[in-house]
Amino acid sequence: MDADLLTEGDDTIELKGSSIIAAIKASGVEFILSVPDIVTSGGLLRPISRDPAFKLIRVCKEDECIGIASGLSYCDKRALTLIQYTGFLDSINAIRGVAVEYRQPICMMIGLLGHDPSTTPRNSPRYGVRIIEPILDAMGIPHHLINEDADVAKIHPAIEHAYTTSHPVALLIGRRPSAS
Amino acid sequence: MMKRDQCFRALARHVSDEIVVATYSSAVDWLALGERALNYFSVGAMGLDSSHALGLALGRPDKRIICLQGDGSLLMNLGCLVTIAAAAPNNLVHMVVQNGTYEANGSHPIPNTKVEFAAMARAAGYAHVHEFSELANFEQQAAHVLKQDGPVFATLHVERSKPLTYDYANLYDPARRAALKAALRAT
Repeated sequence: MDADLLTEGDDTIELKGSSIIAAIKASGVEFILSVPDIVTSGGLLRPISRDPAFKLIRVCKEDECIGIASGLSYCDKRALTLIQYTGFLDSINAIRGVAVEYRQPICMMIGLLGHDPSTTPRNSPRYGVRIIEPILDAMGIPHHLINEDADVAKIHPAIEHAYTTSHPVALLIGRRPSAS
Repeated sequence: MMKRDQCFRALARHVSDEIVVATYSSAVDWLALGERALNYFSVGAMGLDSSHALGLALGRPDKRIICLQGDGSLLMNLGCLVTIAAAAPNNLVHMVVQNGTYEANGSHPIPNTKVEFAAMARAAGYAHVHEFSELANFEQQAAHVLKQDGPVFATLHVERSKPLTYDYANLYDPARRAALKAALRAT
């Protein structure tokens, strides 16, 4: 089944958007930089847009997020880039230059549109999803799969590590987080 | 028509504790006016200078940010005009240096040398938009432009410059990034 067609009702494994948002807050993130992604739209971006604890910057193209997050990091402000994997692919040069070569703490939360969450991203039915982890590995960017509630515990330490070591990190959202 | 280095000299007379973001030819000419810790040259990918500037403006609302962007660079990131106008940082002055060429990449022309960036910025929603093509006028207005509530946009119409030497190792030295961060923490 094409995971694009999965609805929350079809999917019995839970990934609560509220838990992810709580983990983002616990990580000291103040700015959310985003182009909407249908995977994270209802469970993350919409509640974040209503949450006064966050400053949401809506950008036109995902690579803008990389520059904005870098500028913020010089001011000791934490940001999370919330995008779809297609936007990640479109931003590769910015990530290469800013995040990797200039060692900036760029934290990316990437929705894996079209991924079948019952398998791993490397075995995804979608070519675009299958290549994400190998690309991250080639670029030396640590990544963590957030596929169910138990994975949410990875978020805070991953963001903390990114900022303490000034290094990028990718958090891959493998299924649509619920809006609760 | 103005020259970029002339414009920057005029601008520098009014710059003290502002953060100046610049890349490529603009960075070379700006750095030639003197070292300062609050220069931000380490942008990593062409087109993103304006996005870095937005991040700085959002992160340090107590400081003014001046972005000196080339026309080829802005063309790679035109959406930033809309993003910046929507975010509306009142401390950001965004200047595009329009010479109609990718000067650092062999001086080939940009796709349309007559493109009107000021009109784009106005339509995107910048608070104030200016265009300068006469040095005397820019010298007279520069201080005013830098003090306006942003986001402020200005096109500087300049000639192609003499061939520059691009010492990227120096421009993008990690020590500069460390000095900038330290300076920002200290102020």
